[in-house]
Amino acid sequence: MAILEIKNLQAHFHTRKGIVKAVNGISYSLEPGQTLGIVGESGSGKSVSQLSYLRLLPSPPLRIPQGQVLYRGQDLLTLPEDKLRAIRGHKISMIFQEPMTSLNPYLTIGSQLIEPLMIHLGQSKKVAWKEACDALTRVGIGEADKAMKSYPHEFSGGMRQRVMIAMALTTRPEVLIADEPTTALDVTVQAQILELLKKLQKETGMAILLITHDLGVIAGMADKVVVMYAGRVFEEGPVETLFEKSAHPYTKALLKSTPRMDQLQEQIPVIGGTIPDLSQLSSGCPFYDRCSYKKDICQETFPLERKLSSSHHTFCHVEEL
Amino acid sequence: MGLTYILKRLLVMIPVFLLVVTLVFFMIRFAPGGPFSSEKKVPAQVLKNLEAKYHMDEPLFQQYLRYLGDLSRFDLGPSFKHSNRTVNEIIAEALPVSMELGLISLFWALLIGISAGGLAALKPNSLYDYIPMSLSIMGICLPTFVVGPVLVLIFGLWLGWLPVAGWNSWQDRVLPSLTLGFAYAAYISRLTRGGFMEIRHQDFIRTARAKGLSEKQILIKHALRGGILPVVSYLGPALAGIITGALVTETIFNIPGLGRFFIESALNRDYTVVMGTSLLYFSLIFLCNFLVDIVYVILDPRVRYE
Repeated sequence: MAILEIKNLQAHFHTRKGIVKAVNGISYSLEPGQTLGIVGESGSGKSVSQLSYLRLLPSPPLRIPQGQVLYRGQDLLTLPEDKLRAIRGHKISMIFQEPMTSLNPYLTIGSQLIEPLMIHLGQSKKVAWKEACDALTRVGIGEADKAMKSYPHEFSGGMRQRVMIAMALTTRPEVLIADEPTTALDVTVQAQILELLKKLQKETGMAILLITHDLGVIAGMADKVVVMYAGRVFEEGPVETLFEKSAHPYTKALLKSTPRMDQLQEQIPVIGGTIPDLSQLSSGCPFYDRCSYKKDICQETFPLERKLSSSHHTFCHVEEL
Repeated sequence: MGLTYILKRLLVMIPVFLLVVTLVFFMIRFAPGGPFSSEKKVPAQVLKNLEAKYHMDEPLFQQYLRYLGDLSRFDLGPSFKHSNRTVNEIIAEALPVSMELGLISLFWALLIGISAGGLAALKPNSLYDYIPMSLSIMGICLPTFVVGPVLVLIFGLWLGWLPVAGWNSWQDRVLPSLTLGFAYAAYISRLTRGGFMEIRHQDFIRTARAKGLSEKQILIKHALRGGILPVVSYLGPALAGIITGALVTETIFNIPGLGRFFIESALNRDYTVVMGTSLLYFSLIFLCNFLVDIVYVILDPRVRYE
């Protein structure tokens, strides 16, 4: 059974300029121990969809007109605030893109690390401190005792992301949502952080929902991939299938625009145009303007799900690419 | 921040202090008129004797050196206008009154200001925001000489709950301190609201939420420190100002505080009292800012003084 199942989720922002439809009916599921990669450009709704059901966005302006997000069969969207809070940071943890600003600059690393242990597991300060020390050691921070008493500004970006990971994992969550965890870090540190996530996943058996716009990261980490665009899922499938037999024009274009190390490229192909205005979406396919395979029907209706195999689905009217 | 920093700060104070002494001394001397000039013509001989008594017949620079000498013994000299009273006596008598009034006012200002600002920040763009923030605009705009009499009218005369003037019982403290504290509360509420509104949108608050902390825990543990920093920096000058700058309030409620001497002395060219009150004011500002800097280091670990 899936540990997390998102069904037809919508997330809209009601602003003065109109309704910004950031997420428009997405569905996918995460199995225990699996790494699901969610890939897409900025503004495709990959972060918003996660933040919305965890209630980490101010509401208003956020509204969720419909959908279900099932964690172990219970709908997180209808759960009362205190029940959701007991899951958030305990069973479902999250790490963010900005390790430099995601830790509280006024508090020591230690006092921030022990919070989840004390709140969710009811540990005493002493026990939590000891456990948090171990957590720091596990993420590769030496002299954990000293680190616990340090302040975030004394750490580098990579070290802070390690602290964030340690903090997210102290309660042994079943799901870790990693929202572009390496985007703000330099390349060597990126690789270290991704390795660390893999290692910790092996040890704890948690499922990872990895949000990124970096297809290289997806290739190295994910079991399954969901490609998002303008608040819609375009394609979903096992990572190898998606890279080799992508069945959606957008996925194909995305793969083509990735710089490659094994070929000499004069110029990296780009996808022409920009993502559509999310407050002015039509009923058709949001990729219509930029698609090189477009047909008339694409402008009128968004395609239904088309199964290519039991695990590979796409949302496109065009069958032959 | 170590002891060396504190020592350095205190050492820096000495030249600044000397500069203030010099500036105030010569500025007040160069102002037209003098302590003994009045509409009534004073006989030449009387004037001469008076000047001799206060060493005003000496060259100005010698008077300046004499003043510095007295100052080094913490002797602020005799008052020119209040005969038989020294400036030390005046300050010793009036400063405790002003400090008491100031501290009670500051207590009100912090209590009202932080709770109103915090409430507004918790529920922005609601009535909990609009009502206290409109009141705070009023508090900033309305001068003390309007607020004071209005409070006296309502609570002293109409309701008869509190005395209208004097400085004896605790009831006497209520209206003056509220009058004086009102404007400060207004500023503090806006600073608090601004500070908290900024903190609320920080990434680390989202992290705290993602960890499963309740809004109350987030407010107390994660938002309070950073949110209160603007108020802390304001408190230095505010504290000094609230202690010495209560002239209007002291006049309305007939309180024997320092503010009266501060203004009267300047108008009367009571040179030594001007010097004494100015130097006191300077020392208070210096001391308060110094305290604020230290509190700042305690609140924000990123701030370090070398």
